[in-house]
Amino acid sequence: MSKWEIVIGLETHAQLSTKSKMFSGASTAFGAAPNTQACAVDLALPGVLPVANVGAVERAIRFGLAVGATINTTSIFARKNYFYPDLPKGYQISQYEVPVVQGGSLTITTSAGQKTVRLTRAHLEEDAGKSLHEDFHGMTGIDLNRAGTPLLEIVTEPDMASAEEAVVYAKALHALVRWIGICDGNMQEGSFRCDANVSVRRSGEPLGTRCEIKNLNSFRFMEKAIEFEVHRQIELIEDGGKVVQETRLFDPDIGETRSMRSKEDAHDYRYFPDPDLPPLMIGDDWIARVQREMPELPAAMAARFIADYVLPAYDAEQLTASLAFARYFETATNIVGKANAKIVANWMLGELSAALNRHEIDIENAPISPQQLAALVTRVQDGTLSNKGGKEVFEALWQSGKDSKNDIDAVIAERSLQQISDEAALEKMVDDVLAQNPAIVAEVRAGKEKAFNSLVGQIMKASRGKANPSQVNVLLKKKL
Amino acid sequence: MILPDLSRATVAELSAGLTARQFSSLELAEAYLARIAAAQPTLNAFVTVDPDGARAAAKAADTARAEGKSGALLGIPLAQKDLFMTEGLRTTCSSKMLANFVAPYDAHIVTALKQAGSVLLGKTAMDEFAMGSSTETSFFGVVRNPWQPDAVPGGSSGGSAAAVAAGLTPAATGSDTGGSIRQPASFCGITGIKPTYGICSRYGMVAFASSLDQAGPMARSAEDCALLLTAMAGHDGRDATSLPRPKEDYSRELATPPSAKPLEGVRIGLPDVFFGDGVDAPVVAAIEAALVELCALGATTVPVALPNLGYSVPTYYVLAPAEASSNLSRFDGVRYGHRAAQYNDLSDMYQKTRAEGFGDEVKRRILVGTYVLSHGYYDAYYLKAQKVRRLIADDFQAAFAQCDVILGPTVPTVAPLLGAQSQDPIKMYLNDIFTIGANLAGLPAMSVPCGFAPNGLPVGMQLQGPYFSEARLLNIAHRFQQATDWHKRTPKGMNHE
Repeated sequence: MSKWEIVIGLETHAQLSTKSKMFSGASTAFGAAPNTQACAVDLALPGVLPVANVGAVERAIRFGLAVGATINTTSIFARKNYFYPDLPKGYQISQYEVPVVQGGSLTITTSAGQKTVRLTRAHLEEDAGKSLHEDFHGMTGIDLNRAGTPLLEIVTEPDMASAEEAVVYAKALHALVRWIGICDGNMQEGSFRCDANVSVRRSGEPLGTRCEIKNLNSFRFMEKAIEFEVHRQIELIEDGGKVVQETRLFDPDIGETRSMRSKEDAHDYRYFPDPDLPPLMIGDDWIARVQREMPELPAAMAARFIADYVLPAYDAEQLTASLAFARYFETATNIVGKANAKIVANWMLGELSAALNRHEIDIENAPISPQQLAALVTRVQDGTLSNKGGKEVFEALWQSGKDSKNDIDAVIAERSLQQISDEAALEKMVDDVLAQNPAIVAEVRAGKEKAFNSLVGQIMKASRGKANPSQVNVLLKKKL
Repeated sequence: MILPDLSRATVAELSAGLTARQFSSLELAEAYLARIAAAQPTLNAFVTVDPDGARAAAKAADTARAEGKSGALLGIPLAQKDLFMTEGLRTTCSSKMLANFVAPYDAHIVTALKQAGSVLLGKTAMDEFAMGSSTETSFFGVVRNPWQPDAVPGGSSGGSAAAVAAGLTPAATGSDTGGSIRQPASFCGITGIKPTYGICSRYGMVAFASSLDQAGPMARSAEDCALLLTAMAGHDGRDATSLPRPKEDYSRELATPPSAKPLEGVRIGLPDVFFGDGVDAPVVAAIEAALVELCALGATTVPVALPNLGYSVPTYYVLAPAEASSNLSRFDGVRYGHRAAQYNDLSDMYQKTRAEGFGDEVKRRILVGTYVLSHGYYDAYYLKAQKVRRLIADDFQAAFAQCDVILGPTVPTVAPLLGAQSQDPIKMYLNDIFTIGANLAGLPAMSVPCGFAPNGLPVGMQLQGPYFSEARLLNIAHRFQQATDWHKRTPKGMNHE
């Protein structure tokens, strides 16, 4: 029997980071009391009309340029008609035949190497409200705060061949939309939501019937859901069954997907161009301006880090995980000099990342500024601090909080962390230890390496850890 | 107080009277409110009358005038078609669905007319959701034609037309999707203009067919229409189809002094299709007489072709219902408007609410519209109709290369009797043949009274012009009205003085 191939395409809804809604002036802020951020347009009162949010369009353009797509100079808003209580107009304004962004691709790095995922399109649309089925004694509550929130729906070609690839793509996309500042990427609040189209086939055979899995609101769930779905489909076919095209919902509690609605139940959405909105015209000058204002993209920045700062590819990729992280790195490196870039990288990928993870905060909110980290690196480099002392200063700075203007030298002095690098003082310590340990000295002279280390240990102990270890090494060797 | 004969008074005359302090705005409003009260049992032109609001606005206008303010519409009573949102005053669209709906905001044109100092008397009846040509589909009962109470006033702006014709208001607003200003204006012997699409903001006007709907004034003269349109028109950022053009004074061409040949140089295009077999003889006779008059004023005529206009009715009756079927989806019983009292589940609530809330004509159009947008039918109906729409617009463009204005009857007939056509929707749709073209092409068009049939019912002629030619159309109509008195005639029994 031939091998199974997995075919996955993703549809991602990225909530655009505009202050106001896609077609109205109401606020998009999350978490307000129900129906307090829904204006007459969002409520679909009789007579109201939509006006497209220029900021949302601009974000779509920025995305298109970032993925090397075509920006359609004319695109069409269309109505997707269906009845649901949280859809006030009885239709959703979306883009159907002609989206604003067409094509493009995203290159991802998986355990197997680099891979390019082709994008089909990205189109602008508005979100629906929320139906609240709990707490209303059998009735349903409607919250229209989310109604009209701008979304960019980003659709891939069926280019991913494993759950791992799908997750890596989704993470890369997530990083990109945050990098270019079009989406806050908050998955808990639903700002970044993925649906996966999954099918399987035997090698060489035509594409299998696909199922769409909805409700993948974390990368972990996405991986589990796709893996479950792949196994389900393969088992079904191997048992002589057939995959039915349907929409399935992932249930994170049991780790399984279950049928939500079949293709036969699918609505006829009766798409047609929205007559309230003229075709969306995007001039070349607008595209050119967005291009000029585009931040350096992560791949380009990583390549530059490798070339300019002589960093390993892994470090460069990690440092460009987010724009804020990369900017932090460059700010600190500019202070300490290119030659010390790798040391900054080590601190950021080691101590700093660990602390950020431990405290679950973003780099934007880190209590240690890049200027402070640069000062720390400088003090380690000039021998004022040992590595261990540096870590202690790092911890002290972290504890004192973001707002403190702590001078690093004051922290070092306050905690007496200054390393002893004074030649004469060190020499005296070395002489004392040698005088007190004639037996060990003899062992060293007989060629026992362990005995040498024992002497170093004794000197460090005598200095309460403050002796500069490399200087101690040099002195010891000279004296023995 | 010396009030003029309100059965025939124009806005311009009333404005002059207010300026000369011959009467106050409050006195004027009271007089119109009394006329409305007297006529309402027979004509039923209003859905809602707002005496308190009218008095308050009139007093405010009088105060403003005392403080030195002026303006053509300051203190002038007006009526709004009942699909324009009026804050605090119910807006029903003559439908059970919105029978008790009170909007929290004013439509753009309502705001504009209020800011001009006008006084809102009330809201006029219409065909339900503007779907119809007779105002017989109103949930609040039929409206009668002041010229002959057993005839329809036309529609869908039938309440506005009847109210102006009967002197219950000097002017009113209408909306025109396929002729809903011009056809009732023709049937009731008044003047009405549908401007170029995009001239008047649609914000706050309940949408029937968004790509065709335009608001416009209905009044006793072209001069009055120009005064109202000047206040109503203008760019509005809340309507993406509102055109960003500078404000215009549509009266500007009217001010030049009358001369023997004021229409010298005006080329009137005459398409065959407007003078074919389907047009009633008295209508043809009135139009031909009007042409003689226009030529006497200096205009010349030229034959033009509109080869695709014959397809306008089927094109319109695909596109308008398609848009309507989607536009009316918001009336679902969830947030406002009628909701069925008893239902089993969500689907049942939708079905009962909409079955109870909408009348037959609205349901018919929702069904047609839903059908033509359905999977598998979209290309054959909706897309094809869009292509024909383009051809019709191109026809007009070609015709306007040869002429300045296209003239013909507004409607092939005079007003039919109540009930005569309401059982035969197709026949009623076909009567829109002359008016629909301007909506499909987005062109300005107006109806001007030009005679009467032997049965005493008025005939209207339609003037259609190129985009943004409103000022010129109004001027041509004004010169015609300076030379004729058709627009000054009043229906019998309406002079209650």
